[in-house]
Amino acid sequence: MTVRISDDAVAVACGADEVAATFLAAGVAVERVSSWGMQWLEPLVDIDGVGYGPVSVDQVSDIINGKASSLGRIEDHPFIANQTRLTFSRAGKTRPLSLDDYYASEGWLGLAKAREMGTQATIDTVMTSGLRGRGGAGFPAGIKWQTVARADADQKYIVCNADEGDSATFADRMVMEGDPFMLIEGMAIAGFAVGANKGYVYIRSEYPHAIAKMEAAIKLAAHLIAPFVVEVRVGAGAYVCGEETSLLNSLEGKRGEVRAKPPLPALEGLFGKPTIVNNVLTLAAVPWILTHGGDAYAAFGAGRSKGTMPIQIAGNVKHGGLYEVAFGITLDELVNDIGGGTASGRPIRCVQVGGPLGAYIPPAQFDLPLDYEAFAAADALVGHAGITVFDDTVDMAQMARFAMEFCAIESCGKCTPCRLGSTRGVETIDQIIAGKNVEENLALIADLSETMKFGSLCALGGFTPYPVMSAIKHFPEDFR
Amino acid sequence: MPSIADILAAHKEKEGPLLPILHDVQKAFGHVSEDAMREIASALNLTRAEVYGVVSFYHDFRKEAEARPVLKLCRAEACKARGVEALVPIADNQSRVKVEAIYCLGLCAVGPSAMVGDQVYARLDNTKFKTLLEAM
Repeated sequence: MTVRISDDAVAVACGADEVAATFLAAGVAVERVSSWGMQWLEPLVDIDGVGYGPVSVDQVSDIINGKASSLGRIEDHPFIANQTRLTFSRAGKTRPLSLDDYYASEGWLGLAKAREMGTQATIDTVMTSGLRGRGGAGFPAGIKWQTVARADADQKYIVCNADEGDSATFADRMVMEGDPFMLIEGMAIAGFAVGANKGYVYIRSEYPHAIAKMEAAIKLAAHLIAPFVVEVRVGAGAYVCGEETSLLNSLEGKRGEVRAKPPLPALEGLFGKPTIVNNVLTLAAVPWILTHGGDAYAAFGAGRSKGTMPIQIAGNVKHGGLYEVAFGITLDELVNDIGGGTASGRPIRCVQVGGPLGAYIPPAQFDLPLDYEAFAAADALVGHAGITVFDDTVDMAQMARFAMEFCAIESCGKCTPCRLGSTRGVETIDQIIAGKNVEENLALIADLSETMKFGSLCALGGFTPYPVMSAIKHFPEDFR
Repeated sequence: MPSIADILAAHKEKEGPLLPILHDVQKAFGHVSEDAMREIASALNLTRAEVYGVVSFYHDFRKEAEARPVLKLCRAEACKARGVEALVPIADNQSRVKVEAIYCLGLCAVGPSAMVGDQVYARLDNTKFKTLLEAM
């Protein structure tokens, strides 16, 4: 008997190491694999495809003796069976640092295809796929690649933005911890396509497991991606470094202050050289696209949002985890049908989509399809597609205050609307919570939000008004 | 323990080496001292002000060492939705462990979560959180 247990950070934080050690002590072979992404079931134990979870140390002997009740076949679990897993096709199935497992599951086929078809055809394939930046902005990846490819320079760079700081997002972490070779392959394809021989992965320091996995995987794969070279760089606890120009400054060893655009990083990026800055999920989608073709990827999705999106269902939700599906699925399906409602069993008050800079959305709008344009039209963000579920005990005035407070803590200080506006925002919401001049102060917040939205250099100051104003708009009773 | 000179030498070939150097100094000494900043600035041909500006910008670098053990408790939205704020009074009612706020460990469906060193903990409730603090 061999049991398979994930070694990703969620599994480990929920006690997977102790469970694995107990199996080993009982003489059972243990394989540490990536996570299926059903986080409410971690630590999940997989024996010949049949799942048990969440497993505690004292259930191990019952599982070995066949006395424990199972979840049935993991692949048939509705949470898994109804997904369209392209980027996460290996999740739960392969050992993250096994080159054999990676080869056996279409690994390196995308890079081989790119090298065979040539640089321009590779870019054209990404263009055809309709792949858009998964970090939040949704900019077409093919156009960015084409711009860097056409730039004339002695040195170009591929920078992978793995500074996944938004609350309710963990898809980047799962890629790096569960399928690091896929990300490395995606970066190598990008490097080949645009003529860059050096890549950096900028990983936040809050992700020690991801850092360790990526560093180990890069060593193992170095000969396969040469002459392209990848190096891990570790962030230092600054949320704003997820903004691409701030990230570039940080990589250069400077304060993570935002740069004004233009010049675009595609033309003047890292050390002033043409640079692709793409999110983990963007680069991780590339090997599949090259292997199966741009048209195959574009066949998924809705409108101008092509392909699949690894959605992260989190917060106060019964069935939280990673759910990859074609664009177009509604919030209601995601939160109620798939997520199963709140973990607390209380009614859902709202969800926040897109991290700390995303809007709060009430159940009345849960018919919204996940689609960049549909969300924008509803004054909301898809962002990195993290969904935080809140039950009816949430105080939305406190959440609005927190949005401003978070912006004040994390502001890089470069532009005034963000630096000063966020602090004045906290003070003004405090006045509202204390019941002082409520109507005047709410008008002041609306005015301040306009200033931050249109006057800030980057999304931190520019999008903080989304959670604040959506909380006030949809839950006015919490402010008066 | 490596010296500042060892750390500088280890990163000699890197492009933009300041953050990797500061991470190693922070790890080896528990903080980045005035003297360390002076030595780093001189080696990288930067002003002390530039190095100080970087050290003070990032939450991970301390200018003074923290004598107490440190626990980082996630206070971001997903952990708030799962009740982390109810754990805060427990942290406030003790002083042996320094409890710092952190914004997201990527464990957002199994919070409240915390990190001690490189160890991560999830599904914290009052009892688990108290036990964790007492064990530090």
